[in-house]
Amino acid sequence: MLLIDCPHCGPRDETEFHYGGQAHVAYPADPHALSDREWAEFLFYRDNDRGLYAERWSHSLGCRKWFNAIRDTVTYDFTAIYPMGQARPDTAEAAPQASAIAEADPQPHPTAGFEGAVR
Amino acid sequence: MADQLPEHPDFLWRNPEPKKSYEAVIIGGGGHGLATAYYLAKDHGMTNIAILERGWLAGGNMARNTTIIRSNYLWDESAAMYEKSLKLWEQLPEELDYDFLFSQRGVLNLAHTLQDVRESQRRVNANALNGVDAEWLDPEQVKEVCPIINIGDDLRYPVMGGTYQPRAGIAKHDHVAWAFARKCDEMGVDIIQNCEVTGIERIGDKVVGVETNRGNIATEKVAMCVAGDSSVLADMAGIRLPIQSHPLQALVSELFEPVHPTVVMSNHVHVYVSQAHKGELVMGAGVDSYNGYGQRGGFHVIEEQLAAAVELFPIFARAHVLRTWGGIVDVTLDASPIVSKTEVAGLYANCGWGTGGFKGTPAAGFTFAHTIANDEPHPLNAPYALDRFETGHLIDEHGAAAVAH
Repeated sequence: MLLIDCPHCGPRDETEFHYGGQAHVAYPADPHALSDREWAEFLFYRDNDRGLYAERWSHSLGCRKWFNAIRDTVTYDFTAIYPMGQARPDTAEAAPQASAIAEADPQPHPTAGFEGAVR
Repeated sequence: MADQLPEHPDFLWRNPEPKKSYEAVIIGGGGHGLATAYYLAKDHGMTNIAILERGWLAGGNMARNTTIIRSNYLWDESAAMYEKSLKLWEQLPEELDYDFLFSQRGVLNLAHTLQDVRESQRRVNANALNGVDAEWLDPEQVKEVCPIINIGDDLRYPVMGGTYQPRAGIAKHDHVAWAFARKCDEMGVDIIQNCEVTGIERIGDKVVGVETNRGNIATEKVAMCVAGDSSVLADMAGIRLPIQSHPLQALVSELFEPVHPTVVMSNHVHVYVSQAHKGELVMGAGVDSYNGYGQRGGFHVIEEQLAAAVELFPIFARAHVLRTWGGIVDVTLDASPIVSKTEVAGLYANCGWGTGGFKGTPAAGFTFAHTIANDEPHPLNAPYALDRFETGHLIDEHGAAAVAH
């Protein structure tokens, strides 16, 4: 079971969370302008990365708030947790391996960016 | 010591070096890749072909599934595909000259709510119209088919009946792979293990070959049968698939004398159980929620399916879990597979079978081989083309046939 660090409530069991799939998939600015192919891409095509992946989680049995996370889809390790609406952090994007980062360059707490969040 | 050992049994296939070129290359030496090669050689006379397997033959999902075979799907397209598969299963032991313990012991899909009952009865009627054997059983009849089920009203979700497909069953999956492999090899197919594809070569919008850790291979037809890693492989060819990879777990108990005569599936409390020939109780449930390639999942998923199993089968309370494992399955948004040409000429995709690929092995091979050989889909897999996500002709088996395949 994953231990997920909810930015508002702290680390909780995976069973308290709902998975929201790929993060940063914006609703099309003008849906009527899309071709069938583009509409299919929006509805049915999602990235399926092997390695670091930006995804959404909701603490559905806790504070019920959504947040973004960067997680490795092979090791299942979380490298970053950041608020909805914030761009994907660069550090996680550039890093090839979660474990490699931890050894080489200590990262800020994964919930950095949630200053003032009640824990 | 060595002189006391019995003779090593004959190998069932050669281990050839890859040639410089083939008429077609199949990526993935699991059930679907083997079945595809078998039907390409047998039905379409294409024997100058190779199966490239990154690890060892049938070491991926073909060794990890719970071996359930059935065809009682709701929608016409699904019933046609899976019923074709079941009919092929019925003739394959003789055709492949290999007794892989295909056992038509039936499958029960239990109903636990009024909604379940209505959906199940609708599915039985749809199956009847499609020539698929199916019947509705009341709780007493369920008990007759499978005496160890608790049909009392002391359950949180009592058994209100179930659908029964007598021709469904199980088979021994590793033997199925070996049976296909031996026949493919006899017909001249090169089965190349420990050969990882590292790139797919294109000139313009045409495939011209594959790069592997054992050299480049020229070919004009590349067929992908790599459930779990389909997106990663497709990315090498520069295309995107509407697939998400998820971990799916299963487990077995220690060996028992025969207690469970059929296959029982329950979507509502979410577990499926059969008893293997050797005696293990084999169980599975749904996928882990998140995208994953790690071939493992969360223990709470195992815990939930065991809770469901023990409630349905009180005698299982004394059984022990011997082993749990995970595989990675391809999930599409409509829970139906993709057996299709792609936007790249000569590149074919067989993927997205989700949690139900094993039962589809023969039909996947049969229709995919037709698609590769003729560069046109067979009528059975025409609805399973990639363009259904653009046209909207989805085959929505999510919740229709049975969530668990």
